[in-house]
Amino acid sequence: MNHFLAREDFPHLLRALTQAGYDCVGPQIRQGAIVFDHLHSVTQLPQGWQDEQQPAHYRLEQTDSPYWFDWSNGASAIKPYTFAPQENLWTVQRDQSGRLRFQATLPKPQKTAIIGVRACDLAALALQDQHFLHGKHVDPYYQARRESLLLIGVNCTHAAATCFCVSTGDGPEIRQPYDLLLSEIAAGFLLSSGSTAGATLAAQLPLTPASNAQQHTAQQRMHAATQQQRHLPAKPPLFAHLDHPHWQTVGARCLACGNCTSVCPTCFCHQAVEIPDLDGDTSRHERRWDSCFQPGHSYIHGWQIRSNATDYYRQWLTHKLAGWHEQFGRSGCTGCGRCISWCPAGIDLTAEVEQLG
Amino acid sequence: MKSNDYLPHEVQIVARVQEAPDIFTLRLRFTDLAHHARYHFDAGQFNMLYLHGVGEVAISIASDPKDTHLIDHTVRVVGRVTKALAQLQTGDYLGLRGPFGRGWPMAAAQGRDVLLITGGLGCAPVVSVVHYVLRRRAHYARLIIMQGVKHTHDLIWRRQYDTWAAAPNTQVLLTADQTGQGWPFNTGLVTQLIGQAQFDPANAVAMLCGPEGMMRATAHALQERGLPDHDIWLSMERNMHCAVGHCGHCQFGGSFICKDGPVYPLPEISHLLGVKGF
Repeated sequence: MNHFLAREDFPHLLRALTQAGYDCVGPQIRQGAIVFDHLHSVTQLPQGWQDEQQPAHYRLEQTDSPYWFDWSNGASAIKPYTFAPQENLWTVQRDQSGRLRFQATLPKPQKTAIIGVRACDLAALALQDQHFLHGKHVDPYYQARRESLLLIGVNCTHAAATCFCVSTGDGPEIRQPYDLLLSEIAAGFLLSSGSTAGATLAAQLPLTPASNAQQHTAQQRMHAATQQQRHLPAKPPLFAHLDHPHWQTVGARCLACGNCTSVCPTCFCHQAVEIPDLDGDTSRHERRWDSCFQPGHSYIHGWQIRSNATDYYRQWLTHKLAGWHEQFGRSGCTGCGRCISWCPAGIDLTAEVEQLG
Repeated sequence: MKSNDYLPHEVQIVARVQEAPDIFTLRLRFTDLAHHARYHFDAGQFNMLYLHGVGEVAISIASDPKDTHLIDHTVRVVGRVTKALAQLQTGDYLGLRGPFGRGWPMAAAQGRDVLLITGGLGCAPVVSVVHYVLRRRAHYARLIIMQGVKHTHDLIWRRQYDTWAAAPNTQVLLTADQTGQGWPFNTGLVTQLIGQAQFDPANAVAMLCGPEGMMRATAHALQERGLPDHDIWLSMERNMHCAVGHCGHCQFGGSFICKDGPVYPLPEISHLLGVKGF
């Protein structure tokens, strides 16, 4: 972090991105929460806003601080920018003789720069890359979206009460690849580039060398975000405790709404849906996010492997915290805490794991 | 162009065979003959068949991997897509993508006794192994075919069992839970047949297909006969949408059945086999 970008010079970054052909996406407030959306001006950034999160609780508070990124996270990770919530995979056209012509509908995404990506979400992105890109089968839809992204990370300076990235080893300092990395201090940002694209952009900015005092301040602010109230053990032995009575206790509280899987930055389940047109000859094959909390998730001809909230929750947690180790060599949780805040029943993954030990 | 494992290829139904009232075989060929020539599979792998406007379903490949002429799928009518597939006729077109998954350990079983144990209806994945072994009879030692059904009228391909029983070094054992008139075979569960099977537990491979309760009980009976766990293979079934290990529906613990299975050696899945909810 040896460069400094003054706060009033930040628009230069937006301009450089736009000139390079990027659609800029950044954090802003919608319906009382921080979300990522198209960003045209720094005035859209949530200056002075902080989030207060607890189980089943998310509120924003305005402070008079100058910071734009002094909050921990919002409901949505950056997952929708790579793994689309709903997308057409292919269409098929049937001609008069019954012949079928299949046509892939690969996305052609505009180059997109996401500003303000956090350590937990970059770690989650690395996991989704592993799932969709680095296995035996490459997902060309995910790949097209992924390759269109330029990632501008911001080190966290504020941990919500629901955060536990320190215990998962994923934050608050960004350790995964990025194009540009920012650390916010009152006067502006410490900046470093992590890729050729990032370096090209940085070369267009009115940067000054970062002083020792500025670097020290940035370190101290990041250190504040390491003070976290929650903790997750590295590899809870959940498969050894499948009969634990606490599964029933959680199952009785769980509404099976699937919010946890929607807000989770690593959940990858999706379903294929066939959408025939009214003409009877054209049909679209669409995929949509699915959730292991949905009854149809485990359906096989005539019966469901899992049919109640206890089974759903046990599937989700054993997969997230144990099955992932087998599949990807690490836990599927990056400590963002979203599943805790956005669970309407206030089910707290860290507390449940403690019970399920 | 990058490969797209989600995109089906057009196939034509060259022949349709009615095997039993609700079981039929579709014999398929890619309309793109160059694609047909490139297509290869292992015994026990499956394809995703796509019916226009209805959707996809995972069906195991019933034909012989060396038969490059046609790709056979034996289908039992159990759900929405298979019901619609049953209406198709010779000359109709489908989509097909595949092959997917891990097949039966045919190479590892060479020179050894092969036990094929199935429960329930059909079990096309295992019927294809019977054909596979009979066509390469010299490559395998004894062949033991054991099939258990609920009712005697559930036994399809009955005439085939007579042919198989007459093959060299082959033993056929059949049983039904409920037997009707003229049933010349055993009564009871398929596990009760294992005592009659003549094989060398030190040099045998068992391949199981059927309901999980039946496979667990069978695996246990085979263990008691001295067959090591790693020589007991099971064909698993879960909800499959994508067939490439992405969509998450078929997960069994940390395993994706579509990609890592559907055929597994017992030690890989024994910790979750029979656990309700997995």
